[in-house]
Amino acid sequence: MTETFYEVMRRQGITRRSYLKFCSLTAASLGLAPAFAPTIAHALETKPRTPVLWLHGLECTCCTESFIRSAHPLAKDVILSMISLDYDDTIMAAAGHQAEAALEQVMKDYKGNYILAVEGNPPLGNDGMFCMPGGRPFVEKLKHVAKDAAAVIAWGSCASWGCVQAAKPNPTTAVPINKVITDKPIIKVPGCPPIAEVMTAVVTYFVTFGRLPDMDRQGRPKMFYNQRIHDKCYRRGNFDAGQFVEKWDDEGAKNGYCLYKMGCKGPTTYNACSTTRWNEGVSFPIGSGHGCIGCSEDGFWDKGSFYERLTNITQFGIDSNADRIGLVAAGVTGAAVVAHAAVTAIKRAADRNKTQADNTNKVES
Amino acid sequence: MSVIETQGFKLDNSGKRIVVDPVTRIEGHLRIEVNLDDKNVIQNAVSTGTMWRGLEVILKGRDPRDAWAFVERICGVCTGTHALVSVRAVEDALKIKIPDNANIIRNLMHSTLYAHDHLVHFYHLHALDWVDVVSALSADPKKTSELAQSISNWPKSSPGYYRDLLSRLKKFVDSGQLGPFRNGYWGNPAYKLPPEANLMAVAHYLEALDFQKDIVKIQTVFGGKNPHPNWLVGGVPCSINLSGIGGINMAQLNQISGIIDQTINFIDNVYIPDLLAIASFYKPWAAIGGGISSQNLLAYGEFPDIANDDSNKSLLMPRGAIINGKLGEILPVDLKDPAQIQEFVDHSWYKYADGGKGLHPFDGVTDPDFVLGKGTKGTKTAIDSVDESAKYSWVKAPRWRGNAMEVGPLARFVIGYASGRPDFKEPVDMVLKKLDVPLTALFSTLGRTAARGLEASWAAHKMRYFFDKLMANLKAGDFATANVDSWEPGTWPAAAQGAGYCEAPRGALGHWIKIKDTKIDLYQCVVPTTWNASPRDPKNQIGAYEAALMNTPVGVPDQPLEILRTIHSFDPCLACATHVMSPEGEEITRVTVR
Repeated sequence: MTETFYEVMRRQGITRRSYLKFCSLTAASLGLAPAFAPTIAHALETKPRTPVLWLHGLECTCCTESFIRSAHPLAKDVILSMISLDYDDTIMAAAGHQAEAALEQVMKDYKGNYILAVEGNPPLGNDGMFCMPGGRPFVEKLKHVAKDAAAVIAWGSCASWGCVQAAKPNPTTAVPINKVITDKPIIKVPGCPPIAEVMTAVVTYFVTFGRLPDMDRQGRPKMFYNQRIHDKCYRRGNFDAGQFVEKWDDEGAKNGYCLYKMGCKGPTTYNACSTTRWNEGVSFPIGSGHGCIGCSEDGFWDKGSFYERLTNITQFGIDSNADRIGLVAAGVTGAAVVAHAAVTAIKRAADRNKTQADNTNKVES
Repeated sequence: MSVIETQGFKLDNSGKRIVVDPVTRIEGHLRIEVNLDDKNVIQNAVSTGTMWRGLEVILKGRDPRDAWAFVERICGVCTGTHALVSVRAVEDALKIKIPDNANIIRNLMHSTLYAHDHLVHFYHLHALDWVDVVSALSADPKKTSELAQSISNWPKSSPGYYRDLLSRLKKFVDSGQLGPFRNGYWGNPAYKLPPEANLMAVAHYLEALDFQKDIVKIQTVFGGKNPHPNWLVGGVPCSINLSGIGGINMAQLNQISGIIDQTINFIDNVYIPDLLAIASFYKPWAAIGGGISSQNLLAYGEFPDIANDDSNKSLLMPRGAIINGKLGEILPVDLKDPAQIQEFVDHSWYKYADGGKGLHPFDGVTDPDFVLGKGTKGTKTAIDSVDESAKYSWVKAPRWRGNAMEVGPLARFVIGYASGRPDFKEPVDMVLKKLDVPLTALFSTLGRTAARGLEASWAAHKMRYFFDKLMANLKAGDFATANVDSWEPGTWPAAAQGAGYCEAPRGALGHWIKIKDTKIDLYQCVVPTTWNASPRDPKNQIGAYEAALMNTPVGVPDQPLEILRTIHSFDPCLACATHVMSPEGEEITRVTVR
């Protein structure tokens, strides 16, 4: 349980030889000379586990619940062997004064070297007192702990974008954490909740490499948020062929057709659901017959009903939509999609060298 | 300083005030303040919900078919419960009947949640109140193995298994980085387990953490993800196609069946034996923390065996209320009767036009009013202690026919027991006999915790029952999972209203909806923790938390172990309790201190 990162890897069946190779690769990926590999190996074998202080604002705890669902690595191994989860009001033994003392002590002992992980967000209305742990505004606690953090993780759509309590009319003036923490690197891991293995991957990446993974312009880890669910959806073939579910539990539904007409937001949602999937790959929303509701996108609560089909996918033409796609002959549809695919490929190539633009409200064609 | 007599309790706030904030190992944010007399016995208890999100106003004007997704985000711990009660409320309003398979799948998803939620609560949110992790270090692995094998045939119980765990635990503690166990109350004399029992419990804490992630895969099969699976007004979103390429297939059904077996196995061979073993060392807690549980209990009922039928003939978990401890008389409960469920705000940070009046959820108003009483210590943004004679919580005070009620597994088991249902009576009698305690021992902190364990087992076996029922339907050729007759808003009446009932893992949960011109006009939720964490009402009646803390002796006053034990026995969920907002959506009032 007190294992270093090396010991965890060994226990998971990784040999010393593979471990050293891993350290060499790590050195290379960090742009270091091969001579640094032993240094990294030594650090991972001996260095104290990185303290993580996990705060909860206005939230529903779905992020914590998702985190403990992680299978690779097991949440237990992350919590007890890779990091030191020194403050998390959802699972910590201490309460009240003893809990707050732990927070202060870690901030002092590991000044500049701990990670702040935030679940939920601060409400600014009512002088911040819509969320008042310890009888004080949560926003103050958040700023206080952020002050000496090495990096900040924004768990889920609450911390990243605002999520449900910030949906119109946002009665508590809940804001994403980057509105109040402005001088620290923040990585956003959106989703309601994020996928368990995405969460643990972000943590283990930091622990392994000592830095946050590559991020897109919106601050999300590229490795999980650079593709739309639609891009890798196993029902994409049905979309391309114009085969749609028209009503719940109809023949199309029983045959696993595309859910676009039932309001699926997969075409405008950046997340790893259709690749990493959920709960050890068991399924993902589309795989279980419901459209994607777009829960990792900024402001997804305020983009119309979850059952309204997207009308801004321009591949259908200016005034067309899936009704027509569904009605026109498959051959015509196929041609339209081929054209669409070609445009997408060109656009992708063009985008390759620039950072990803803000795609939350528009869809590439 | 004052003395108030209510419900057989004498509230005296003259003694030393202790504040516990944050109360950890719960969902959301909760503050507890108590006054101790000179013998360190609690003479006054104050429960304050310290968060508010305002979800109902956000729902106004939206598509009722979307509501489940919004309210599901009230809570990610009891994930899916608010979605379930929401689709029921909309279906009630629009008179939509769901197919039998949809009813069974909902029951299976919901019983899955019970098993998961109760297991995680016992090991990860409650166990450290009873289990001393540091004491486990002095355990003898061989004796631990003997203990484990004497209470269960669970295979992970060899001396070598415990020796390995002990060695890892020692290294962990020696590292000085105790993580979530940092600053715990280790060594407090209130911990009574021998080192071997502590080590066994630590082993199962870790095993349960590994296992819980598998239980929820059942929700993932049907709902696509967990936490926060997908639901559907009119049925369930997943189709079933056993011979084709889409929908639920045989491989997924097999996976579910396997998980059900593992869940029953873990709960019956790890959770229940641990519960009984730990309880046997804490029998005095069968006489502490009862609060109002021996008086007033409420359940809306759950698990309709017959689709679209919420009568007690259909509900596998009965609906009813018990008042003044009259177990022989189960009173009928009607969510739509304006005289039954009412919410009061005299001691909550909201205001009504007519101050002391209670409002039924169909007439619910929630106008935030963050006013602190004169006796508050500190400032308006740095509260050192609240003044419970004034407003002091973001939680409202719901009452049933004017009475403060306890809800949750204990309420459900007592109502099931008093209804004479064998699947509630037999396990309760078994536990009472095993621990050699009378029926009245149920009304306690220990009784609440035991009822939750028994309910986890009850739910795990019901998972098997629901699965078998689904398979029987499929064999008979019934594959329907959704009724789309009233899916299109054009088919709806201009105005409709409905109520959705549910027994969430934490207790009775109701949603009330009014639909006008195809949009949500009013949405109100009264949730389990609103009942249990309730502040006082105009008659100064205290809620279940406050009552349960009364007269509890605290061993070490600056270590709130005893307070945590009783509060955790309710499994608090504050994000659920404190999200209410006026349907009119008035502008938020600013803070005033009078």
